[in-house]
Amino acid sequence: MMTQTDKSGNQVVLEAKGITKRFPGVLANDRVDFDLRQGEIHVLLGENGAGKSTLMNVLYGLYHSDEGQFFRNGQPISIDNPKDAIAQGIGMVHQHFMLIPVFTVTENIMLGEEEMKNAVLDRKGVAKKVRDLSHQYGLDIDPDALVIDIPVGVQQRVEIVKTLYRHADILILDEPTAVLTPQEVDDLFRIMRGLTTKGVSIVFITHKLKEVLAIADRITVMRAGQVVGTVTPAETDEHQLAAMMVGREVILTVDKPPAEPGEDILQIEDLHVADQRGLEVVKGVSFTVKAGEILGIAGVQGNGQTELVEAITGLRPVKLGRVLLNGQEVSGKPPRPIIEAGMSHIPEDRQRHGLVMSYPVADNLILCTYYIAPFAKGLVMNEPAVEENAYRLVKQFDVRTPSPFVTASKLSGGNQQKVIVARELSRPVKLLVANQPTRGLDVGSIEYIHSQIVAIRDQGAAVLLVSAELDEIMALSDRIAVMYRGEIVEIVQAGSVTKAELGLMMAGSHIH
Amino acid sequence: MESNEQPKKGTISIIVDIFKRSAGAMLVPVLAVFTAMLVGALVIWGAGGNPIAAYIGLFEGAFGTARALSETTVWATPYIFAGLAVALAFKGGLFNIGAEGQLALGAVAAAWIGYALPDVLGVQIPGFIHLFLVVVGGLLAGALWGAIPGWLKAKTGGHEVINTIMMNYIALNMVSFLLNGVMKDPNPLNVIARTPLIASGARIPAIIEGYRFHWGFILALVVAFFIWWLLWKTTLGFEIRTAGANPDAAKYAGINVARTIVLTMAISGTLAGMAGVIEVTALNYRHELGFSQGYGFDAIAIALLGKTHPLGVVLAAILFGAMRNGATRMQFMTQIPVDVIQVIQALILLFVAADAIIRYIYRIRTSEERMVLTRGWGG
Repeated sequence: MMTQTDKSGNQVVLEAKGITKRFPGVLANDRVDFDLRQGEIHVLLGENGAGKSTLMNVLYGLYHSDEGQFFRNGQPISIDNPKDAIAQGIGMVHQHFMLIPVFTVTENIMLGEEEMKNAVLDRKGVAKKVRDLSHQYGLDIDPDALVIDIPVGVQQRVEIVKTLYRHADILILDEPTAVLTPQEVDDLFRIMRGLTTKGVSIVFITHKLKEVLAIADRITVMRAGQVVGTVTPAETDEHQLAAMMVGREVILTVDKPPAEPGEDILQIEDLHVADQRGLEVVKGVSFTVKAGEILGIAGVQGNGQTELVEAITGLRPVKLGRVLLNGQEVSGKPPRPIIEAGMSHIPEDRQRHGLVMSYPVADNLILCTYYIAPFAKGLVMNEPAVEENAYRLVKQFDVRTPSPFVTASKLSGGNQQKVIVARELSRPVKLLVANQPTRGLDVGSIEYIHSQIVAIRDQGAAVLLVSAELDEIMALSDRIAVMYRGEIVEIVQAGSVTKAELGLMMAGSHIH
Repeated sequence: MESNEQPKKGTISIIVDIFKRSAGAMLVPVLAVFTAMLVGALVIWGAGGNPIAAYIGLFEGAFGTARALSETTVWATPYIFAGLAVALAFKGGLFNIGAEGQLALGAVAAAWIGYALPDVLGVQIPGFIHLFLVVVGGLLAGALWGAIPGWLKAKTGGHEVINTIMMNYIALNMVSFLLNGVMKDPNPLNVIARTPLIASGARIPAIIEGYRFHWGFILALVVAFFIWWLLWKTTLGFEIRTAGANPDAAKYAGINVARTIVLTMAISGTLAGMAGVIEVTALNYRHELGFSQGYGFDAIAIALLGKTHPLGVVLAAILFGAMRNGATRMQFMTQIPVDVIQVIQALILLFVAADAIIRYIYRIRTSEERMVLTRGWGG
């Protein structure tokens, strides 16, 4: 079944045979075969909704398969709940961490598996074990730190130690890099390699092609609930993997004509913005975005981009400075007048800001325009217009949903984002503010959203693109502004810098 | 999977859809009531009574005669208004525990305008205008009492649960002070803390002579329909529900969340005030201390049992009204104390609030969507 592997001869520690899982109306896993060898990193690659997470949730006992069988070291096993999985030495780190922020690292790790000494929790004993584990596997964590105080990358390590503490030697990582900065991703990969040398076998779920080739020993690609094939990095490349995932040839570079910049649409003058704690995180930023161009803001996350965007879109007060949209001052105004002046916003956190998850797709598509014609007649909603709009946009923007009346929570991440893009681009746009527009999305959706952003630019809109993905910035932008510690380091023409130079600028050094 | 074509729906299939959806939503509440009755039967049996006879008595007392039916609607009327008040606030992401105070204030304001305003102004007020003033005055009092905690939440982040509880104390003690003092019926024979009767022109006449069944019940059904329409068919309802379901997204979409919170609480207070106003203008023609038998607190149970949906609230309110009303006959027939009914009502609330128990007992698959009723501090 397999082509040759780099670690041939290694024992198969876990095998899934013929796993089938049906949801109402969907065949999420269709006779899936999968095997994991001792000490390997096996990437499970596929678009959102391809069935990767379903397979792993079945394996971890969160779902029950309709057909199929798992084998552990050759022995058939049945897993009815996560407890069984843990007993089999399987640990899972979910995309959204299951940590309690106000507990210490140690308390989080022992949670559910508390150890007692003289009728009280043995915090010291567990902390020592945690310290030992973190030394043994090269995971740097402080057992006494509060989870709330440690960065996301370290929280992830805590989750990994949590599984090791429960004696897991099979680790499932569900989209672990989605929340990490490039540096944190490097750290994670280093840790993963360290784990495999100690005999841990890892299933790594992702849809990011670059990571796959960097870390995988073997790659299994899934599409529409089925396994398309299993390959090694040596015998494949990005294009082939993308084609396997999507089922057709994918254009990885964005095809865009040169920009034809027009008049100034967005002018930012000496903008200062504070964060929740009152600390100034945007320190005197100035730039202009013209009609028909894309200005990309590059930078490692947490350098003030979020607050900058929130200030421009009216979600956060402006401390000092001016924001002009179409020559009209909008700083300090609430979102509605800014939206009415022609601003569209693809927000960074699509579930928090972009969607009401309990609302049907149709209502999410009118979230910003529900009060104006044709969706409202006076104070009364016009349901036929809402429905017509929903059917039209779902079709036009290729939102994969059983109907426009299912709740947004039932859609995959890519389709949720398409709902937002459809809503924001379906009204007249003068300025599009897109913050991390493709984070966590699959190749097909990324391709689609990129093409939409370029299309709106070509229709004469000004686009402000904020992204932590340097590839995205470089592929889309006409000009690039690099942000570091709340300031713009430099603004350069897109073609005039290399990725390495941008990387240096993101660390604060000037190039020109 | 994809449906690009707009399916054409017939009227019948739409009606079937509505029934299917409401049947799903009603499953847990109905089973909660059923289970509470079963446990209640054990309690009755343990107290030495015959549960079947007790429940027969309860049913007869609630629905057995025209008078029983009439009295059930009398009980159900304030329950519907107050239940709608709590349910609407829930839809806006707010937990209004203050219905009791808003109701009392609405009643006392209505009563004062009803008996004292003509004297204060020194003019005869024509009946229709007087009634209008009574109603509007009472509703404004309720609205104000709801809007204050709403404003506190919007401006300072102060949690509405605490503030509505505190506002209850202020309102209830203030009303007690007034009814025992300046507003007490000056009739020398009167020893009760109650206001004088309101002017006859400000009264809503009975529908059927000899029965206490009054227009308030019909108005309550109309208002329930109106609240449903407001929540699901108007832009204001969209704003209330959006601010309730996801305040961050509401703000992103340009909705003035602070304004919506104040407005939601004001409407909620108005509805609670209506419960008081109607008792004054259509039933008792005065306000009496202790007339509200905890309507405002039962309303929380009713809103939860009704799944915060106006139709559900109406059904739950009628159920609670029937139980309260039928209890007397049950006690008469079986010597089971009426307090058993409160035990059963408490059990219903328990099973609705902890619906996992019901889902476990009856093996109902857990739905993904959880009802979000209120948020934590500053949320």
